[in-house]
Amino acid sequence: MKQKFDIIESTCVPLPLENVDTDQIIPARFLKATTRDEKFFGDNLFRDWRYAADGSPKADFVMNDPRYGGCILVAGKNFGSGSSREHAAWAIAGAGFRVVISSFFADIHKNNELNNFVLPVVVSEDFLSELFASIAADPSMKVRVDVPAQTVTNLATGRSERFELNGYKKYCLTNALDDIDYLLEQKDKIESFERARQSD
Amino acid sequence: MNTLFDKIWDAHVVSLVEDGPTQLYIDRLYCHEVTSPQAFDGLRARGIRCLRPERIFCMPDHNTPTHDQDKPIEDPVSKAQVDALARNAAEFGLTHYGMMSPDNGIIHVVGPEKGLSLPGMTIVCGDSHTSTHGAIGAVAFGIGTSEVEMVLASQCILQQKPKSMSIRIEGALGKGVTAKDVALYLMSKLTTSGATGYFVEYRGSAVRSLSMEGRLTLCNLSIEMGARGGFVAPDETTFAYLKGREYAPKGEAWDKAVAHWRTLRSGEDAVFDRELVFDAADIAPMITYGTNPGMGMPIDGSIPLDATPKALKYMGFDAGQSLLGHPVDYVFLGACTNGRIEDFRAFASLVKGRRKAPGVTAWLVPGSWAVKRQIEEEGLDRVLADAGFEVRQPGCSACLAMNDDKIPAGKYAVSTSNRNFEGRQGPGSRTLLASPLTAAAAAVSGVVTDPRTLL
Repeated sequence: MKQKFDIIESTCVPLPLENVDTDQIIPARFLKATTRDEKFFGDNLFRDWRYAADGSPKADFVMNDPRYGGCILVAGKNFGSGSSREHAAWAIAGAGFRVVISSFFADIHKNNELNNFVLPVVVSEDFLSELFASIAADPSMKVRVDVPAQTVTNLATGRSERFELNGYKKYCLTNALDDIDYLLEQKDKIESFERARQSD
Repeated sequence: MNTLFDKIWDAHVVSLVEDGPTQLYIDRLYCHEVTSPQAFDGLRARGIRCLRPERIFCMPDHNTPTHDQDKPIEDPVSKAQVDALARNAAEFGLTHYGMMSPDNGIIHVVGPEKGLSLPGMTIVCGDSHTSTHGAIGAVAFGIGTSEVEMVLASQCILQQKPKSMSIRIEGALGKGVTAKDVALYLMSKLTTSGATGYFVEYRGSAVRSLSMEGRLTLCNLSIEMGARGGFVAPDETTFAYLKGREYAPKGEAWDKAVAHWRTLRSGEDAVFDRELVFDAADIAPMITYGTNPGMGMPIDGSIPLDATPKALKYMGFDAGQSLLGHPVDYVFLGACTNGRIEDFRAFASLVKGRRKAPGVTAWLVPGSWAVKRQIEEEGLDRVLADAGFEVRQPGCSACLAMNDDKIPAGKYAVSTSNRNFEGRQGPGSRTLLASPLTAAAAAVSGVVTDPRTLL
């Protein structure tokens, strides 16, 4: 959903696993919806880790642990690998997350998050492991993500890092504009590109 | 610098967004039923049409049943998604190969076989295995649904230019070693994130010696190393494959196209961001033991002692264990990875004169109706039937459990598909990825078997 980003301060949901693939984020059997119903996808986020086959919550999964909550998901490296399904980003957004912090994201999923106004924040391995330790020590600790300043801060330790975000995307996120809004204004450029190619 | 990737990418740059991504022109967009409906909804919500409908081709494949396709799809939700694609294609004036159309099949099988994917093109689809089309000598990559909407609306996409990687494989592949084994080997070395951020050019004599089908398999699996895409520079193998295909240029246009395609190669002075070299002689038939495609080993090897415990627990394996002789419940031949004619020839060559093992359920699913027709023309269906195998109707089938073909919980499947993630082939399913030859060896023996012992 299009929404403006500024400064987000929140508790975190930790998922200290590496190589979390999009089949785990949202299994294929939930991809049959023909609408972008974020609540439906959000309800089924991490479905097979979160719920048993009979639909009962698995007590050992972090999203079922009442100590953890907030709009920041913290995940191990190579988050979102595998399938290009944007449903994974819809599920993350639909479950109420606005930021995902990891040391490494798979390319397609990272774009999908950005296109759905979920901010992927890439931090160093060190920052990530310290953050997991901070959350384990105190699940009520918070992280601040300052989009205009492009900084992420572990408020338990005070450690802060700058994260990458190109100027164009930052403008989009802070103004709730998407890439299609931009591309629709480029029709002249597209047509002149096509003409130039024809005459080659 | 001066890589083939640079040449193709740079020839499609419409503009550079200030302090941002590149606006890239897309020659071909493929749409399947799973990742497109919300994109079409987006167009309707904005009240816009497709800018270049003639560049867009649609076909259902993920939900397609692999039997009785002449009857309505039983699962109402699958049916709704397949119907939505047909409706959207009609409303927006796009070519659509519906179920039971002789042109239908898995999008990554149909595109190359119809000559819709051509050298030098930029090709996208809301599907990570779009990297397949790189085998033709194109820059092809998977995108999300919002990006599908961008291309539907503007025939362009905003993307950061990936870095370039050269993977050179030199030498001759050994007996029983296929393109699938090469890819599984590369993943086992690079891990599933080793090529993230890169576009890969596959080079070297072992790659050149691959048929077009083999190259399609190799490029298909680029994403499983994290790469956005992978490609092989076009050569005589490519031109021979494309000549006469429905959408390939004809007559004078063909000669002109080939002359241009011959220029599509990395310069002698090309500089890649990363270069890797492998020896084909080091590659054995491979099999996976874990829950991502990078968790693979030579079929006669043993599971690494440092394998991820969570993965081994899911698979029911122990570190240090050999998989040879391990019982197999299901065998799946097919998917955009290995659903082409050469894969069926390989499978048939091994099972010829043998019988399917009792207790093994085998699903042999061609990637398209064209592949199925060729199987029949070559008489492979009879060879397979004599050995106790049936050829089903085309579709993605058991690759991702969106249709009736699901592996039950706890069961072991030797699959020629592309992913062994937890639950990928059905909740609780346990997937062992391998080549069509290794799948055939398992199908006739009922256990994991080194195909070289049966060749």
